[in-house]
Amino acid sequence: MEFVISQWPRFLDGAWLTIQLTLGGIVLSFVLAMFFGILGTVGHWLPRAVATVYVEVFRGIAALVVMYWFIYALPLATGFQLDDMFAAILALGLNLGAYGAEVVRSSINAVPKAQIEATVSLNMSWLQRTRLVVLPQAWAQMLPTFGNLVVELMKATAVVYLVGLHDLSWVADDLRRLSGDTIPVFLVAFALYYLVAQVLIFCVRLLERRANHKLGRTPPSGGGLIGLLRPPTVGTKVGMAK
Amino acid sequence: MSGFLDFEYTGQIMPDLLGGLQITVQATVIGYAIALTLGLLIAVVRRVPVFGSLLHFLMEFIRTTPLVIQLVFVFAMAPANFSPFTIGVVVLGIHYAAYTAEVYRSGIEGVAKGQWEASRALSLPTSRTWGAVVLPQAIRKVIPALGNYLIAMFKDTPLLFAIGVVELLAVAQQVGSRDFRYVDTFTVVGLLFLVVSIPSAILIRRLEKRYVAV
Repeated sequence: MEFVISQWPRFLDGAWLTIQLTLGGIVLSFVLAMFFGILGTVGHWLPRAVATVYVEVFRGIAALVVMYWFIYALPLATGFQLDDMFAAILALGLNLGAYGAEVVRSSINAVPKAQIEATVSLNMSWLQRTRLVVLPQAWAQMLPTFGNLVVELMKATAVVYLVGLHDLSWVADDLRRLSGDTIPVFLVAFALYYLVAQVLIFCVRLLERRANHKLGRTPPSGGGLIGLLRPPTVGTKVGMAK
Repeated sequence: MSGFLDFEYTGQIMPDLLGGLQITVQATVIGYAIALTLGLLIAVVRRVPVFGSLLHFLMEFIRTTPLVIQLVFVFAMAPANFSPFTIGVVVLGIHYAAYTAEVYRSGIEGVAKGQWEASRALSLPTSRTWGAVVLPQAIRKVIPALGNYLIAMFKDTPLLFAIGVVELLAVAQQVGSRDFRYVDTFTVVGLLFLVVSIPSAILIRRLEKRYVAV
């Protein structure tokens, strides 16, 4: 246990890299998810086909395989070597972005048809309709699933230790080999991962509450920050309208 | 580099890669069987007061920590006479049981209260209430959701590579480093993944239509 305490800075360094990868992955996958998700709702068949190909390809291949491809195959195919960190974020972002795009697409499609009809009768342009009416409603619908995806993304960052990046998993494995104290070393690593996940979940719940508030819905279990720590009750996706 | 894929070469390495794919599929199927049975058990036992909350916390913990490091941890702790494949499959199964348990739970909670009351009124024993009334209705509703985890598991099997299971990605890595031809090997691995996961995704979408509509 003393060993673990003395190695605390290394754990923090590892955790910091994990957080950086997670945040980088969130940014990239969010942009991809929004872009391909919206593309998937366009009327014309061509953009829809492009979105479907992206989603099916990157949902179908494991992030680790994509990562290996970027790191080992790409330099041989093109002579262009990506930074390992960048390749990792790219692979994770492409993978989770594909899951996210499906969420965006189905949330947009779930916006009631009368809302769209209303924007047509108000003579709104596509951009106005999407920005002012469709997205704010779809956004509240997307967030709970995004919360799960963000945790999945954070967990998926652990594979980078197989390509030699010094993240939290790499540190844990390295310290295990150095000391042989498997249990304390891994318990600390697991606890740090758990902690990061809880923080991420908390942040998404805050966003969720804000999104619902903007739509004039209040959380069913009452306000207060403590209320956010409780998982939402099953079956009550949105609160009562005011 | 002439052309992107060298078909003669990929033809040569195909038998090795398919051997790896076979291990990948085996690990997925056995792991999935563990996840389905263990998850169901957990979903039922979770209703026991104190023990259930402990179990719930443990499952939440398993679900929010990465599978790779769970694999490495168990592999380091396990006695040497277990093969990496066995350990990998068991850890994979337990990890996904944490997910399937939630799926089963939502199914069980979706069973109408009247069904429980009717079983009570007929004074059915607990085992019959679960086995003949609640579970058949609960499981039917969650079949598509369970199917999604089969695909998710399939895509997580490359992680078994971390503890030395020679599955598809490990074979590709070996072959690729032997011949220094990573482009062909890893591209074929990617394609093999698609060959398995896209048809499975289509199959599950069909299941969804069939069961959710009920």
